[in-house]
Amino acid sequence: MSIARNSEKPARPVGVGVVISGNEAIARGAYEAGISVIAGYPGTPSTEIIENAVKYHDLYAEWAPNEKVALEVAAGASFRGARAMATMKHVGLNVAADPLMTVSYTGVNGGLIVVVADDPGMWSSQNEQDSRHYARLAKIPVLEPADSQEAKDFVGLGVTLSEAFDTPVLLRTTTRIAHSRSLVHWGDRQIPPEKALERKIEKYVMVPAHARRRHPLVEERLGKLSELANQVILEVPVSRTGGLTTGEKDLAGAIGRRLLGLNRLEWGDLEMGFITSGVTYQHLREVFPTATVLKLGMTYPLPARTLRELAHMVKDLYVVEELDPFLETEIRALGIKVAGGEIWPRVGELTPDLVAASLAAFESSGEMASLPGKGDKNPRKMDSLPTATPVLPPEKPVSSRAAPFKEEAWFSREEASFKEEAPLRPPVLCPGCPHRGVFYNLKRSKSLVSGDIGCYTLGALPPLSAMHFQISMGASLGMAQGLAKAGGGEDGEKVVAVIGDSTFLHSGVTGLMDIVYNQGNVTVLILDNRITAMTGHQHNPGTGRNARGEPAPEVDLVKLVEALGVERVRVVDPYDLEATGQALREAGQEDGPSVIIARRNCVLLDRSSWSPLVVDAEKCTGCRLCLGLGCPALTSSGKKVTIDPGLCTGCTLCQQVCRFDAIGEPGGAR
Amino acid sequence: MDRINDIIIAGVGGQGVILAGTILTRAFLTAGFDVKQAEIHGMAQRGGSVESFVRRGEKVHSPLVRRGGVDAILALETSESLRWLDYLRPGGLVVASRETIVPVTVTQGISRYPQAIAEEIGRRTDRLLFADTLSLARQAGNAKAANVVLLGLFARNLELERSLWEETIARCVPERAREVNQRAFALGWEHFD
Repeated sequence: MSIARNSEKPARPVGVGVVISGNEAIARGAYEAGISVIAGYPGTPSTEIIENAVKYHDLYAEWAPNEKVALEVAAGASFRGARAMATMKHVGLNVAADPLMTVSYTGVNGGLIVVVADDPGMWSSQNEQDSRHYARLAKIPVLEPADSQEAKDFVGLGVTLSEAFDTPVLLRTTTRIAHSRSLVHWGDRQIPPEKALERKIEKYVMVPAHARRRHPLVEERLGKLSELANQVILEVPVSRTGGLTTGEKDLAGAIGRRLLGLNRLEWGDLEMGFITSGVTYQHLREVFPTATVLKLGMTYPLPARTLRELAHMVKDLYVVEELDPFLETEIRALGIKVAGGEIWPRVGELTPDLVAASLAAFESSGEMASLPGKGDKNPRKMDSLPTATPVLPPEKPVSSRAAPFKEEAWFSREEASFKEEAPLRPPVLCPGCPHRGVFYNLKRSKSLVSGDIGCYTLGALPPLSAMHFQISMGASLGMAQGLAKAGGGEDGEKVVAVIGDSTFLHSGVTGLMDIVYNQGNVTVLILDNRITAMTGHQHNPGTGRNARGEPAPEVDLVKLVEALGVERVRVVDPYDLEATGQALREAGQEDGPSVIIARRNCVLLDRSSWSPLVVDAEKCTGCRLCLGLGCPALTSSGKKVTIDPGLCTGCTLCQQVCRFDAIGEPGGAR
Repeated sequence: MDRINDIIIAGVGGQGVILAGTILTRAFLTAGFDVKQAEIHGMAQRGGSVESFVRRGEKVHSPLVRRGGVDAILALETSESLRWLDYLRPGGLVVASRETIVPVTVTQGISRYPQAIAEEIGRRTDRLLFADTLSLARQAGNAKAANVVLLGLFARNLELERSLWEETIARCVPERAREVNQRAFALGWEHFD
């Protein structure tokens, strides 16, 4: 079969290497594994899976309104017999957790993969939860690829597991897998054997009587999966194949069957053994090139027998993992003595430097002797080989265990070792961003603002600083209701909830329903920029286009909020500062729910209309009032303000703010 | 010429850091190297600093570079050459644009734009190339191609054939932007000749 049939993707010969991101590789993996239905909601770092999947016309791929719906779509497709996938970021899995817990009980018909992309270091997230815990909670296997090749291959292996064990499979990546590019060899698309539609009510309808029969099967499944996990690939360095000791040969015979290929034992020095997974494996290999490493591709359930045998083989056994001690806790529960949590940080992203330096610091601190297992060793069978020595960076190794990768927060930076340093350059609202006028007004009205997830969360940063609460998708509305019922602003002022169009459709509608139903004194501002902007312009049910960019029915936000029972709905142009301020003032005086829809396309959607303004230096008094907008196009050189023509879009907010008529179109049109 | 394997491309959202990284990565792959590239998407694009790590070798494990282990920094914005300077190995190569983009933190007085940038880099290495990539890009036909001008400057310091770079650029940019980018690359390549 031809891989490029019906596909816009450039035809690449099967087997030839390409360098692609983990997300592109997962989309490719879905194509090759014969997956035919994919649904997801955008969220960094998972978004590009769907964006790439839509390029394969043999697949159906959609943006769902939220992750829960996405997983339900995938589950339905699986029940119908198709191979299916749902994609989301880590916090999205919280939204999808409800169906996940019970799809674990129903099991699948067609293979079902749930991709979850974690974000250690919180490059673009509100928390750094370790989603592997969901595997244990839902009692399903979790696979962790360590590069793009594995990201692709593990989709196929996951589908095999899913169908063989009647279970959904979690495929967990992290930012450095999802957004790193590495070499991948293309394969062919497999066309799975057609599965008949089954109406098995006792399997797929989880009423208590049915669920009670399913739960024991779930427990049994975990045991079988754990046994399967022991089928590891054994890798022995070429230099040592002739020189294996008898004990090593025994172990190789015991656990060296190359079957499933998810877990891999890489033979090396026996002084130090490491258990690891995901991108951390790559960091570890970088700094300990010759150590013995058990690289787990499936991190739940664990290969208990292999782990016990490994513990007997090596002198000191370490677990190196990013974020939570997930593997470590499980391995300790097996009665195996390992170290890990004492050495490597539990917060932020691991790096090769941190993997090396944390261990070096720990060894030199003398705490090594107090490690669990020291002096009370896992009994050893083998003679030790020379110790694996970490390859430290040539100079200036990071000294602190918690040394950050770069800035820890938007406005802090680790102590600089150089006299001159790069200026702070946090993300900011773009020049011409339609959200700016809204937040400028909110700042001036000193409103108490409950915010949400999107570009507009940047309205919380100086100089606008006009958002006071923000936790999760859709939460602005429920929080505003609580804030209002608990007293509102300092003097009882009406609370303002700010939410974007896509976020409102994701999980804001029910919050607004609550505000209406229980008559909260809240002004709800829906920032309708006609796109899901934060994650890079994905369509949503309000944009009139689907994931492929084809025309689609469009949610009418005004009708929707009216149908919920909102009586006062205003639509304003956020580029009109006065009109937006007026709408806010009026709504603030009304008792009960009010909705303002601030409608203006994301400025990045159409660059053709950009027309930069200029400052008339003679008229500019240097009052700096316009700088309060926080627009990157405005800078002050000396006393006067100037506009960067390469950045300005001509949104005119600064022109509206200026009291001296000093800003206008070039050529003195004003 | 010593081997340049680990590279950081630094700049500001919208400058084309990611495209420059993609061209480098593909060129190295074509030349037969194992290669990995890491970058940060999402919030960093909203006017924030953006970086891409590119590593090549016979076998590359981690996509992340190491402090003191980086062979070259490409800065698409002048002050961004400093952000990762402590990752540069002593004597490493810095290729930087003279384009400055002043962040709002400076306008607000929260931060300050560095002045003695070349001197600061000089404390780490004497291999520093500065060029007005913006003017050169305009000369090539589009200011947006400043990233490819910088790539040309940098590529001149590597062992790969010029034709390999040109073929890679042709594959990485859309048809309509091809000519401008080839001119931009040539202007960078020949700038110090």
